Formats: sequence, C-alpha cells, structure tokens
Amino acid sequence: MSATGFGPQSAPQSTSPAKLVVDGVSKWFRTPRADVQALDNINLRVEDGEFICLVGPSGCGKTTLLDIIAGLTPADQGRVLDDDKPVDGPGRHRLVMFQEPALFPWLDVFGNVMFGLKRTPGLTDKQRREIADQHLQLVGLEKFKHAFVHELSGGMKQRIALARALAPDPHVLLMDEPFAALDAITREQLYGDLQEIWRSRKKTIILVTHDVREAACLGDRVFLLSPSPGRIREEFKIPLARPRDINSPELAAIVQRMTLALRNHLGPRKEAAE
Amino acid sequence: MKRTLVGVAFFAALLLIWQAATASGRWSPVLLPSPWLVAEYLWDALRDGSLLEATAVTMKRLLVGYFIGVAIGLPLGLITSTSRYFEDTIGALALGLQTLPSVCWVPLALLWFGQTEMAMLFVVVMGTVWSVVIATSAGARNIPPIYARAARTMGSEGFDKWTRVILPAALPYVVSGMKQGWAFAWRSLMAAEIFVTILTGFGLGQVLQYGRELSSMDQVIGVMLVIVLIGLIADKVLFSPWERFLHRRWGTGFK
Repeated sequence: MSATGFGPQSAPQSTSPAKLVVDGVSKWFRTPRADVQALDNINLRVEDGEFICLVGPSGCGKTTLLDIIAGLTPADQGRVLDDDKPVDGPGRHRLVMFQEPALFPWLDVFGNVMFGLKRTPGLTDKQRREIADQHLQLVGLEKFKHAFVHELSGGMKQRIALARALAPDPHVLLMDEPFAALDAITREQLYGDLQEIWRSRKKTIILVTHDVREAACLGDRVFLLSPSPGRIREEFKIPLARPRDINSPELAAIVQRMTLALRNHLGPRKEAAE
Repeated sequence: MKRTLVGVAFFAALLLIWQAATASGRWSPVLLPSPWLVAEYLWDALRDGSLLEATAVTMKRLLVGYFIGVAIGLPLGLITSTSRYFEDTIGALALGLQTLPSVCWVPLALLWFGQTEMAMLFVVVMGTVWSVVIATSAGARNIPPIYARAARTMGSEGFDKWTRVILPAALPYVVSGMKQGWAFAWRSLMAAEIFVTILTGFGLGQVLQYGRELSSMDQVIGVMLVIVLIGLIADKVLFSPWERFLHRRWGTGFK
C-alpha cells in the first residue's frame, strides 16, 4: 500500500538491497595521558529495510559507532560496508539525524529540506522541488514550507530534520538519539509517525538511544551495548506487531527483560541505564 | 506613524534650541551660525553642484575601498579560522592592526603612493579589512560543529561547505564585522581627506577643511551634517536589510 503516494519517478530506488555491514570495528581515543578504547570489535549486519536500535548507557560508544557508520569518524580497526562498498567518508547514502535538529537558520524550512537534494545528482530542479514538497507532506508540515527554523517547536524541528534526511533517499538513515531533547508527549507522537514513515518508505534505519523503551518500541532488533570499551553484549528480536504502542503491556514485558539484561552486563557497581 | 512623529518632534526641538542659542546673541555668529545660514549654504552648494560633486568623490573612494576590503577580509577570515597556526599569525596580525586607528595609515600611504587616489584607497582598505577578518574568523570558529557535520553527511564538502554552510552560519558575526569595518573606513577616509589634498577630486573632508580655512562656519557645520546623513543612509541601505534578515531567520532581537 502506498498511502503517501510515492511514485517510482519521485524517489529513485536503489536496485540492489542496501545491506549495511559493520565488520570488526574498534576505535581508540588518544588523550595525552592514555589511550581510551571506545569501541571493541563491533560486528553488525543490517538487512535491507530493517529497523535496528543500539541501546546503552552514556559512554558506551554508541554515538561514536554511528559516526563511524556515517563516515564522519574513521575506524581504527575493521571497516563498514554500505552496499558492499567500504565507507571512507561521509556521504548522502547514509544521512544522519542528530539529537539537535541541526537545521540551518539561514534557510527556511523548504530550503533546509532542499539542502541535501540540491547535492544529489541525477535530478532536475523540478524533481527536487517535488520531492521536497512530498517529504514535507510526509511529516505533516507542508503548511510550514516558508517558516523559519526558530519559529518551529522542538518536535516540528525534528520532523523537518527527518524530512531533510529522507528526501535524498539514503540507503540508510542513522538516528542519534533524535528524540532525547523532546518532551514525552511529543516524543510518543513521533514514535507513531516514525513507524508509519518507516513502513511506507521501507527505509533501513539504525537508531541509537539510551532509552530501552524507545528501542523496544521502534526496533526489529535491539542490540545492548556496555561501556568501557563499548561492546555489543546481547541481541533482542522484537516480535511485536506494528504499529506498536509504547505503553502496551507486551512491550513492557520485553522492556523489563532487556533492562535486566542490561543491568547484568553493566555489573553490580553501576546502576542501570535509564 | 507615532514613531515618525516623535522623531520629527525631537529633531525640530533640537533645531529650535540651536535657533534660540544663536538668537540670544551670546555667541558670535562667526562661531555659531544660525540654522538658516547653514541651510542657505547647503542649498547654494547643492545648486552649484559642488556639494554633490564632493559627495560623489567621497562615496566612490569609500565604496571601492570598502568592497575591496570586504573581498580581501572575508576569505582571509575564513582561512584564519581553519587552523590554530593561522589564528596565531594572521589572527594576531589582524587584531594588532585593527587596534591601530586607521588614520595612522595616512602618513605611510602618502609616502608610499604620494598625493594620489591610491593613497586614499589604501587607507580605506586598511580601515575595513582587519575588522572583517577578525569577525569572520570568530564567526567561523563559533558556529555549532553540528552544522558542519550535518552538511558533510549531505554531500557538502570543500568550497561548497565553506560558501554554503560556514559563511552563512557565521553571518551574525560577519555582518557586525562588516558594520564595524564600514565605520572604521568612513572615519579614516574623512581624516585622510582633511589631512591631504588630492588634485584628482575634492571630497567632503576637503570641503570641510576649506570651510575651516575660510573661517566659514556655515560650511563646516553644513558639511558635517552631510557626513552624518551619509552615515545614517549607509546604515539603512547597506546594513538594515542584513540585520532584518538575521533577526527574521535567527529569531534574535526583540520584535
């Protein structure tokens, strides 16, 4: 079902499945006193159209891992393959939605959504405008096309950031705690919207969060990470039907199991993550 | 409308005080001419074309020098922001030369270029460039790093990143730097024109100086008024649109 009306002419679909592979990635941060290992031998395989969540407390290297996948930070060991091609820098095939919206104040809403599209080859200017309009509709903000960034609420800003990241049709959408700065009501609304958009666009998504409930609500698979150095400790498959309600009892049961597991991995000295 | 009225009333009151002061007879009219005398001078100078000609000469020097200064200052500021070494070298040089009152360039410019337009241009460029360098560099260094990261993931690298992301993101700083550069350039040009007679064109500063030499106070005050007026118009025409742009887009300032 294509409820949002994305024709094949509007969004150029890649032909081969966009599989993302993280292959033995390790990362150290060098400080004048000592080398701190941030990531230790991370391995991930993400299938086309899958929604993956990485959960862990702050300091577990989850944002660093996302940066490495995005190509913003090089890995010290191992590599990332995007569609079988090694990642050697940032690029429009792996777009990032950050915790802050990172929208550009000198552009209006439409200009922000157009920013990535203008740098996407193989489109005419008319197609770019159409795609930008469609994505503003997708996030329900077509009325705010000519608004300026400071005029939007926090939730609206993140919707525009989502539209901006989706518009150039990346292989993978990387989300770095995109809902952490929002209030609970807006956040739960966006969980619903994101699931709907993910279903209609069939986009591969990797989301990083410290919120176990958020991960269980959104992910097909959830990976638990523990800090110093960051390691993947456990994988959970979330078998619940979609769209999921974050307040459902089935979800709560899974969240409880994951929280317990996370607590075990963190050891007795540290309190569990939120 | 109300604001306009208040403004008109304020300046009318100033004129009245001035008129009353001259009418009181306490000061010699040679030293304090009445507003009417000044207005008469301005009207005559306007009609015989000398005032417009002087304004044109001055504005041409100012605008050409200013835009050269900005054209040098913007890229130099961006380059300065890219590395700590540039900051310690170009940045320190810019900071030092910015604290030098730009009228101090006049003697050097005279010895290097003689009594030529080139000397005037040099003084104006030196007045402009360092403020722009410092502001642009500070602006580029203070933009949220997340802008550059977001831009890079969307395929904006190199020249595109500098012109389409970093420069616009630094705009609040850049505009205030350009405004300061304009003020410095304007002051240094007036000083230079008062100091130096250049035969290829008589600017406002020179007309002001002749007013002093002829002890014609109506001319001195009249030209001063024109200089103030040009400053105000330049602020409105050159900078107000930019400041409105910043206020609207960044949501800064009170509405």
